[in-house]
Amino acid sequence: MAASQTIEFRDPPARVNLAAVAAPPVSLAPSPSPAEDLQELHGDKLVLNMGPSHPSTHGVLRIVLEMDGEIITRATPDVGYLHRGDEKIAENMTYTQFIPYTDRLDYLAPLANNVAYALAVEKLMGIERQLPPRCQHIRVICCELARISAHLLGLGAFAMDVGALTVFMLTFTEREKIYNLCESLTGARFTTSYTRIGGLMRDTPAGWCDAVRKFCDEVELNLDEVEKLLTRNPIFVDRTKDVGIISRADAIDFGLSGPNLRGSGVEHDVRKAHPYLIYDQLEFDVPVGSVGDCHDRYLVRVEEMRQSVRLLRQCLDLIPGGADNKPGEPINVHDSKIVLPPKQKVMTSMEELIHQFILVTQGVNAPAGEVYFGAENPKGELGFYINSRGGGAPHRLKIRAPSFVNLSILAHLLPGHMISDVVSILGSIDFVMGECDR
Amino acid sequence: MTSLDLANQLRAKFGELLSAPVEFRGEVTLKLADAGRIADVCAFAKGSLGFDYLLDISSVDNYGDDPRWTVVYELYGMGHHCHLRLKTDVSEERSEVPTVTGVWRTADWHEREIYDMMGIRFHGHPDLRRILMWEGYPYFPLRKDFPLAGKPSAMPDVAFSKKAPLEGGPFVTLPGGKDTIAREPRVRTMEN
Repeated sequence: MAASQTIEFRDPPARVNLAAVAAPPVSLAPSPSPAEDLQELHGDKLVLNMGPSHPSTHGVLRIVLEMDGEIITRATPDVGYLHRGDEKIAENMTYTQFIPYTDRLDYLAPLANNVAYALAVEKLMGIERQLPPRCQHIRVICCELARISAHLLGLGAFAMDVGALTVFMLTFTEREKIYNLCESLTGARFTTSYTRIGGLMRDTPAGWCDAVRKFCDEVELNLDEVEKLLTRNPIFVDRTKDVGIISRADAIDFGLSGPNLRGSGVEHDVRKAHPYLIYDQLEFDVPVGSVGDCHDRYLVRVEEMRQSVRLLRQCLDLIPGGADNKPGEPINVHDSKIVLPPKQKVMTSMEELIHQFILVTQGVNAPAGEVYFGAENPKGELGFYINSRGGGAPHRLKIRAPSFVNLSILAHLLPGHMISDVVSILGSIDFVMGECDR
Repeated sequence: MTSLDLANQLRAKFGELLSAPVEFRGEVTLKLADAGRIADVCAFAKGSLGFDYLLDISSVDNYGDDPRWTVVYELYGMGHHCHLRLKTDVSEERSEVPTVTGVWRTADWHEREIYDMMGIRFHGHPDLRRILMWEGYPYFPLRKDFPLAGKPSAMPDVAFSKKAPLEGGPFVTLPGGKDTIAREPRVRTMEN
């Protein structure tokens, strides 16, 4: 196929058109019907079924690719293999009981999901401004640790998919440390369920803040190492530069969020645009890309991790009560109708016993109304739409999953790319199917 | 510019079709009386009011009430950073809304999901297929009259789903129940 040399690298749609006319109608053997022969050479497209269990689909994503040679002419993503009916489950239990289910949305950043969900319910209750400062600081630390953890995995898997296996080892070494931090903070490495409506499960254990500080120093060195291996590596650049370009307009039109949106040059970060918790008191920059290709999305993620480290350090410096909370700063909203009373009082006092009983059996008494709360999660904007008719359980809880929305661009983005580019693009979009399928 | 200003501009254009803006927890909600006009309202909101970013579309099942469905659109503008919620009711007999995929392409998957989960159809949608459940699945699982434990259904030639073994459960509370007895956690079906 001599014509393949003329294929432009920068313009995938043009490649589709080129591919359609590329194969010249060479007749290998005399055929009784030239029309049939032509159809045989031109008409056959290969349908390639990628997934649902392909290493680069990071879970159970299936993409049906229609190929002309090595060029994709149509892509049909198929999601839903991990659907568990989380929204249905949410309608049938109290707000607090649903917290463990949020661990299993983006299971690479469970702490961030816990915080986002708790904030959504607190917005419905109108108590988000009453959260004690120590609680807000710890929540921000949790969110940023989760962001680093999720980006490290996203980056490691992305690099591994395009052939750089070492990066995966490096990033997983750091993630292991985050899991250790999660374990000492929440008791679980993976399914943290750390937040409660109106507060936290418990305060930071002794020495935890210093451990986070130590981790900040280590992860920065590790990031330097990762960048040395990737950012100017010719193989990595070849696989990612000018591949999977998402224009600014497309990114907004397809509702992309998080690093994928910012990679396309849109300076939108929920932490800046609508600051929740104490993000308005902290200093951090929002990195944006210039072209919107896979390499830009990679650069945005690396820089976001550095900004997260910066946020972590500020929080650790500013945290009220200091590292070990000697002054006894509260971490929960002071309201026994929202937060479980201390166990000792439950055993000795009638009023606290009643509060405990009502909270456990009926849940918090949320007012009727509807709210939408979106938080800047590692994958993008994780939103919760809660439609309440009053009482302890939502009438309807809709989860706006960033991975679900981000994946919807695939059908538009993939055509015109080579089959090997699919791996780069999927790696750079960085999705989690647990969140996509809910 | 605030969400309320923008909501009033939208009302000035469409008049009585839109209800007065309701504010709750700093969010502005408008209700559209005629679901058939939703695409026009959205096109105007995007074109003239700068709501270029569709956050989400969700659906609510008001089981026992008429009209049964509510479709909820969360609009956002990258330029002015304002959020606006549009709602519209759809009756069970009709169960159809015009699509807004022509306004925002992100609506494609959101509308497919609502069709899949609730069974509301979107008129003019380019590719209205199930998205989370498999092709040929006979129920709409997010409807209130669909039990939490599920219903058995066949997946031709591939698999067969049984009811989830819930050991007598799920034991759930009744939000906003009349008295303590009504609110106690117990097995809940549509009947009791």
